[in-house]
Amino acid sequence: MAFIDRQARNFLLLELLGGMWLTFRYLFKPKATLNYPNEKGPISPRFRGEHALRRYPNGEERCIACKLCEAICPAQAITIEAEPRDDGSRRTTRYDIDMTKCIYCGMCQEACPVDAIVEGPNFEYATETREELFYNKEKLLQNGDRWEAQLAANIAADAPYR
Amino acid sequence: MDGGFWGGYVWPGIIIILQIIAIIVPLIVAVAYLTYAERKVLGAMQLRQGPMVVGPWGLLQPIADGIKMIGKETIIPSGANRVVFMIAPMLTFLLSLVAWAVIPFDYGLVLADINVGILYLFAISSLGVYGIIMAGWASNSKYAFLGAMRSAAQMVSYEVSIGFVIITVLICVGSLNLTDIVMAQEGLWFAIPLFPMFVVFFISALAETNRSPFDLPEGESEITGGFMVEYSSMTYALFFLGEYANMILMSGMTTILFLGGWLPPFDFAPFTWIPGPIWFALKVAVLLFIFIWVRGTMPRFRYDQLMRLGWKIFLPFSLIWVVLTAGAVVAFDWLPN
Repeated sequence: MAFIDRQARNFLLLELLGGMWLTFRYLFKPKATLNYPNEKGPISPRFRGEHALRRYPNGEERCIACKLCEAICPAQAITIEAEPRDDGSRRTTRYDIDMTKCIYCGMCQEACPVDAIVEGPNFEYATETREELFYNKEKLLQNGDRWEAQLAANIAADAPYR
Repeated sequence: MDGGFWGGYVWPGIIIILQIIAIIVPLIVAVAYLTYAERKVLGAMQLRQGPMVVGPWGLLQPIADGIKMIGKETIIPSGANRVVFMIAPMLTFLLSLVAWAVIPFDYGLVLADINVGILYLFAISSLGVYGIIMAGWASNSKYAFLGAMRSAAQMVSYEVSIGFVIITVLICVGSLNLTDIVMAQEGLWFAIPLFPMFVVFFISALAETNRSPFDLPEGESEITGGFMVEYSSMTYALFFLGEYANMILMSGMTTILFLGGWLPPFDFAPFTWIPGPIWFALKVAVLLFIFIWVRGTMPRFRYDQLMRLGWKIFLPFSLIWVVLTAGAVVAFDWLPN
């Protein structure tokens, strides 16, 4: 009986048809992939993307040149030089991040006492040359101005958990 | 000679060339969009979206692919036999096109209404193996040669059962003319009384066109592309076009032999309004979807399993059906005149 059963299954191609039915149902399932440049996945407020140097609302830059980020950076991607400004406050004269060295660990933003250096939500900053990825202070401040709204919102969203 | 030089030779020649263009241009477009449909359907079955970037829903993707192919460099390996190496893809492509000469798209809508149409089709589809063997041999590469040998053995094996399936249909029709074969199915498509033969024919067609699950000659994962491994640019594109044109051809053959060609499924009002060529195209499209669907479902056969299926199952099975059909036709006096 088992023999007849097996032969009947073989000849009626039942298993093949079962497999075909499965793939047919998958044909109409919602797609797991995103149509990337037009659709993007959700990003957590803690997402560690491109770096930015923030400013206070009055336009003063936050960074006080404490060099904690430079000290903690495990990839040694950050280079800072500082001297007192004319009004006596301590500021950076140079703030470089080598984005090709950076490992996006987020230690710099953890170390920063004034929330000046942060990693923003932007991850689409691919360049055509290596040199363009050696960010200087000007570029980082520019990023900060560009993403400030979202950076502030992300820090506010994450604040209750700190 | 009636009509002189112009009326006797030139105008008929021009008309035939126009007819050929009228068949080949839609065929090439169909091949291009078959590759698109395949990528879309396979993508959907794997929960992907398929091509989406070139044009709306990626609809211009086949054109972009074609331009890319033309723009590439044709590389001829230094050890290859140059002449045979170049002829092989041309032959494959040519054979996949010439077979369309006898395919009827509607009553009387056929380039060459010859009385041995089905034999012609069978002969042309058997010749297809030469392109592959030539490619495999001329490449002077081990993988290509393995692919060619696999392909030769596979196509020969499955042609035997395809031959018996065709004989079964011929017993029911009494003619080798493709138009007669379709007209004999008015009222009842052969797919219904000869359903097992239909299935055998379809599966053999998969093997004949080197499609998954019988795509061993290409076998990407074991012989890195088989007979096509040394080809690039347009020579590769010709193989690709030939393979897909062959798929459409085998679907057309299945439609003519089993699914009533251009005939509507029911012989009354809403169905008879739609013209024959559209019915033909619809049936071919459904079969092509099944080709792709099978590819999305089945893993590749092992080579000994492939041979076992061809020689130990399909051959005896189709042979028995030839005898049964012939017996039934004689016993109940259903012989076609």
